[in-house]
Amino acid sequence: MPAIERRRFLQLITALACAGLWRGAIASEEDAERAIVEVFGMRGVEDGPVTVTIPPISENGYTVPLKVEVDSPMTEQDHVRSIGIFAEENPIAHIATFELGPHAGKAVVETRIRLGGSGRVRAVAELSDGRLIGGYDFSIVTLAACVV
Amino acid sequence: MRLITALLATMAMQLALAGDAPADLPRDAAISGLAFLTEETKALQHDDFANPGLLWVDRGRALFNQKAGKASCRSCHADELAGVFVRYPAVEASSGQLITVNDRINRCRSRQQGLPPLAPAADELLALSMFVAAQSRGEPYAVSIDGNARLHFERGRAYFFTRRGQLNLACHQCHDQNWGKKLRGDTISQGQPTAFPGYRMEWQSAGSLHRRIQDCDAGVRAQPLQQGADEYKALELYLAWRAGSLPVESPGVRR
Amino acid sequence: MNGIRLSVPASATRDEVIQVKAMIQHDMESGYRRDQVGQRIPRNILKHFECFYGDQRVFHAELNPGVAANPFFSFFTRATDSAELLFRWTDQHGQTWTASRFLEVTDG
Repeated sequence: MPAIERRRFLQLITALACAGLWRGAIASEEDAERAIVEVFGMRGVEDGPVTVTIPPISENGYTVPLKVEVDSPMTEQDHVRSIGIFAEENPIAHIATFELGPHAGKAVVETRIRLGGSGRVRAVAELSDGRLIGGYDFSIVTLAACVV
Repeated sequence: MRLITALLATMAMQLALAGDAPADLPRDAAISGLAFLTEETKALQHDDFANPGLLWVDRGRALFNQKAGKASCRSCHADELAGVFVRYPAVEASSGQLITVNDRINRCRSRQQGLPPLAPAADELLALSMFVAAQSRGEPYAVSIDGNARLHFERGRAYFFTRRGQLNLACHQCHDQNWGKKLRGDTISQGQPTAFPGYRMEWQSAGSLHRRIQDCDAGVRAQPLQQGADEYKALELYLAWRAGSLPVESPGVRR
Repeated sequence: MNGIRLSVPASATRDEVIQVKAMIQHDMESGYRRDQVGQRIPRNILKHFECFYGDQRVFHAELNPGVAANPFFSFFTRATDSAELLFRWTDQHGQTWTASRFLEVTDG
C-alpha cells in the first residue's frame, strides 16, 4: 500500500478506535457488499446501464464530485425507484440513497461526496421490477503535499 | 529616524537571506493556482451555481443590503464597490497605516454605521469581504507600492524571502524556485493569492488569504500568526504586486 | 446561518424534464475529525434532503457522513402544473431548513 494511503488508513483506524464509533474495520469491498445488503436486502446486483462518474484523481478527499446516471425510460412500467451510493474505502460505506420514480423523467443525480481513500465508488439502482443493477468508478485520492 | 531604522533593518534582513539579492518572480510570468488543479476543481470554480464560495458571497450580499446600525452598506455604495477590492492593501492617508479590505470594512462599520468592528476571523467579515472581492472578479490587482506603501512592500517581500519553521523554508524556495515541480502528489504552485478570499476544500469552508498563509506557515512547521497580523498584511501587499496582471478569481476554489 | 442556493428554471413547458439544483451551507461534521486539542468533534450532519413539487415528493436523498460539506444536489423532474417547489433539509436532531421557488408551467 503506498505511503499516502497507509497514512490515511492509519489515521482513520486510530480515529475510529478512539472515537467509539467502531463499526468494524475500515470499509472494504466486503463492507460495501454488507452495506448494499443492509440497504437493499439480499437480492444480487446485476450489471446494468449504471454509469458512475468521479474524477480519476481526487485532489482532496473532502469534496469529490459524483454523477450517477441510469439509462431508463422512467415510465410507470419501467423506472428507477432509488439509487444507493457506496464507497469501499470509507468508514461508513453507504454514502447516500436517492429516491426517484417515474416523475423524475431522467435518472441522473449529481452530488459531492467524501472519499476516505483511493478505491471504488459503487452505485446500485433499484428498478421498478425489483431488480438491482449496479455500476462503479474508481478514484485515486491524493493527500496535500503540505500536510497541515 | 524610526522610518530610516526600519528601512535599514529591512534591507539588512534581505541581504542576510539567501546571500545574494533575492530575485522576484517575473511579474509577467505569473501563473494562477488554477493551472495546477484538476479539471474537476477548475470546473467547480467556474460553476456559477455550485461553487461553494458563492454561499459566502450570497451571505455577504445579504449583509451588504441589510440595514445595520445607522445604515446599510448599500445606502452609500449603490455601485456595490465594483473594482474596489483590487486596490487593497493600501496605505490609509489619515493614519499612514497599511489597511486591507477587512480593515476598511471595519472602519466603515464604526465610522458610518456606528457598529463595533468584526473580529479578523469572523464569518460575517469573511462573507462581506467575499462579496466585495467578487465584485472585482476578473480584474487584476492595482495596488500601489510607492511612497508610503514602499516600506510595507519591502517588509512583505522580506517575509516572502525569509526562511522559517522547523523545515526552515522560505516561500521563495518553493514558490519562486520550484513551482511546477512535484512535492509528493502535488504540483507546487507559485503561491499566487488570486483565489482568496475563497473556498478551500481542505477547510471544507471559505476563508481569507490570511487563513491560507497561516496554513503555509504551519506547513513549514512555523508558528502561524493571527489573521490581520501586520506581517500578513505586508505580505498580502507583496503578493498582490507579485501577481502582476493575474485576474482576481474570488470566490476561488482550491484544494 | 445556513445559506441556501436554488436553481430552478423560471418556467417550463408541460412534460418538459427540468434540471433542479440545490446547495446548502452545512459543515456535515462527520464525527471522525478531531479539534486542535485532539478532542473528537461530534457528528452533526444533515440526514435528509427532500424536494416537494406541489404535494408530491419528487426527490429524496438520505444522507450519511460521506456526503461532502455544503451539500450539493442536482436531479431532474418532469414539469406538470404550475406549483411551488419546496426544498427541505433535516438534520440528525430533527432541525429543518426550507426554501421554495415557484415553477411556472405553460402549455407552450
